[in-house]
Amino acid sequence: MSTVPRSQARRQPPVFLAELMAWIRAFGPYRWASGRLKDWGVTGRTLVIGTPYLWLVLFFLVPFIIVLKISVSDIRLGMPPYEPLLHWVEHQVVTLKINLGNYAFLFEDPLYRNAYLNSIWMAATSTFFCLLIGYPMAYGIARTSPSWRNLLLMMVMLPFWTSFLLRVYAWIGILKNNGLINNTLMALGVIDDPIVMLQTDFAVYMGIVYSYLPFMVLPLYANLEKMDLTLLEAAADLGCRPMKAFVTITLPLSIPGIVAGSMLVFIPAVGEFVIPALLGGPDSLMIGRVLWEEFFHNRDWPVASAVAIAMLVLLVGPIMILQYNQGRQAGAHR
Amino acid sequence: MVNVRPETKLEPWKDPAAEPYIRIERVTKKFGDFVAVDEVSLNIYRGEIFCLLGASGCGKTTLLRMLAGFEEPTAGRISIDGADMAGIPPYQRPVNMMFQSYALFPHMSVEQNVAFGLKQDRLPKAEIRERVAAILELVRMTGFSGRKPHQLSGGQRQRVALARSLVKQPKLLLLDEPLGALDKKLREHTQFELVNIQEKLGVTFVVVTHDQEEAMTLASRIGVMDHGKIVQVGTPSDIYEYPTSRFVADFVGSVNLFQGALVEDEPDYVRVASAELERPVYVNHGVSSPPDATVWVALRPEKIVIAREPPASLEDNCAEGVVQEIAYLGDVSVYLVKLKSGRTVRVTRPNMRRQSAAFDRITWDEQVWLSWDPSSPVVVTQ
Repeated sequence: MSTVPRSQARRQPPVFLAELMAWIRAFGPYRWASGRLKDWGVTGRTLVIGTPYLWLVLFFLVPFIIVLKISVSDIRLGMPPYEPLLHWVEHQVVTLKINLGNYAFLFEDPLYRNAYLNSIWMAATSTFFCLLIGYPMAYGIARTSPSWRNLLLMMVMLPFWTSFLLRVYAWIGILKNNGLINNTLMALGVIDDPIVMLQTDFAVYMGIVYSYLPFMVLPLYANLEKMDLTLLEAAADLGCRPMKAFVTITLPLSIPGIVAGSMLVFIPAVGEFVIPALLGGPDSLMIGRVLWEEFFHNRDWPVASAVAIAMLVLLVGPIMILQYNQGRQAGAHR
Repeated sequence: MVNVRPETKLEPWKDPAAEPYIRIERVTKKFGDFVAVDEVSLNIYRGEIFCLLGASGCGKTTLLRMLAGFEEPTAGRISIDGADMAGIPPYQRPVNMMFQSYALFPHMSVEQNVAFGLKQDRLPKAEIRERVAAILELVRMTGFSGRKPHQLSGGQRQRVALARSLVKQPKLLLLDEPLGALDKKLREHTQFELVNIQEKLGVTFVVVTHDQEEAMTLASRIGVMDHGKIVQVGTPSDIYEYPTSRFVADFVGSVNLFQGALVEDEPDYVRVASAELERPVYVNHGVSSPPDATVWVALRPEKIVIAREPPASLEDNCAEGVVQEIAYLGDVSVYLVKLKSGRTVRVTRPNMRRQSAAFDRITWDEQVWLSWDPSSPVVVTQ
């Protein structure tokens, strides 16, 4: 009658693991170290949680503050190429000089405004095409047999085994005037002159959609895969045809997956630098490229930093949508 | 067990002229090599509550899903109301189903869930609103129409699922373990509610359950299934009092089975000798069985009288033993009595008097006599 539920039986750690843990606990140096840490109020729990926080503070927050600082300083010739914020003046007086001119400059010069708008437009368009291609893929993978499912998921993730940069370079070989596509089409006699594809916006779209497609497919797959298929049976039972059941049941239930996938594509695509630099033409303005040129060609660090901060502010909205969406999903499953 | 139906109930299955509402003819369903449903033939009549009863994996749910149209039979024919259902998709069948998991749409409110089926028929909005309100009142969920399924308790969800499957006024309602997720009190209550709704709306119910008590309470007839086959069809009392096989006797209720052989085989009575009982069993009805065949005597625990004194006649239908175990269940006590042959017999006895120290009840290790009426045992041959 009373059999132990499987989940409970599984929770017991294997014997060798328990023995190993007991051995570690009895190990002299371990006991000394953990005792000292406990004296300072550091437990295993704070250590585990604190380490990634420390990492984020050191390598995200501190650099961000440095960039923020540079963005409000004056340009100067020399090394570093900006004025310090604080000046020591005689008689124990410190002056703090904050230059908001760099931000004002972003509004004055239409280059930046156009670059921002163009970045958002290109990222949004790419996201749309990722969704258009990714949704049927994710749906197909989620509805095949489990053995096929693993193989197909493997194939979605396989490109990550090659360097991102190499894959973008490979697109040059495919898209250029004497590249794979043009040569094939000319050999078949479909066209007489090569179609110019490289160094156009089209090439940038291709590159972004190709590179970010897995980020769309995977969250969508995770969402569609856990959907209760009896809901579709219930819909059919109540007189709903399969196509309509997709629109009224599957699609609304997959909105969290759509939002997650779209944000995961949109957010990095806005700041994308490598793809427009390698595949785009001189006129495909994206904010990542402008940033690069300010830093390395104009050597105007303060303006470049202002561009970076402005981009971050711009992305706060989408990031908050993503966070809210994930929070809501976590809440719904409780 | 309470039977809520009036005594003057219709029994269309006894009327040879009655046209069955559902005809299941030699239906087989295979999944690969596995035979889930094995040549089942069954007639179900209009207005019945028909229960498919069986252990998990016996094929009862597969049979139900074939009625709903989610599975196509590998062989055989299903017709509902005279129409052959072969190749008809679920969304075109005159059937609604209440799912075991309820399958409520999580992104829709109670009202939208219930209205879903009516919207598929493109009914006018006012009529939809009216019918949804009426059915929500029937299942007493009027105040909850704006809630989402995750804001409801198990019992409320179950009532919404019932409302959703009833609102289209189907001629046939399929219920898959409808009360499985409810606790005992709520379940009993809902069972009666289901029967009342069925009588009010005149729908034909086909219910799948593994719970014999549920089947006994709800059903007009029960079909007991085992390994893809229907082993017996009958009213709850037929199934309980006249099981035709050891499997049915054992599956529905508890039973003492004694293996033996017919020593006297007359048209109006039989006498069975069993090695497990010292005295023969006398049964006052005939049995159709080839001579010398092995038979089993099935004796329900509540039909055995337990007493300290020997019965009037020691010739047959009694046994002597020692009380080994007593289980006090409140309304009844279960005695396990060990006979001289070593066989343990299960006896239940209603606790007609309050248990107290003053009450001298039969207790452990006491020598007792078991006896039963000659009409009580059932002889089964398979």
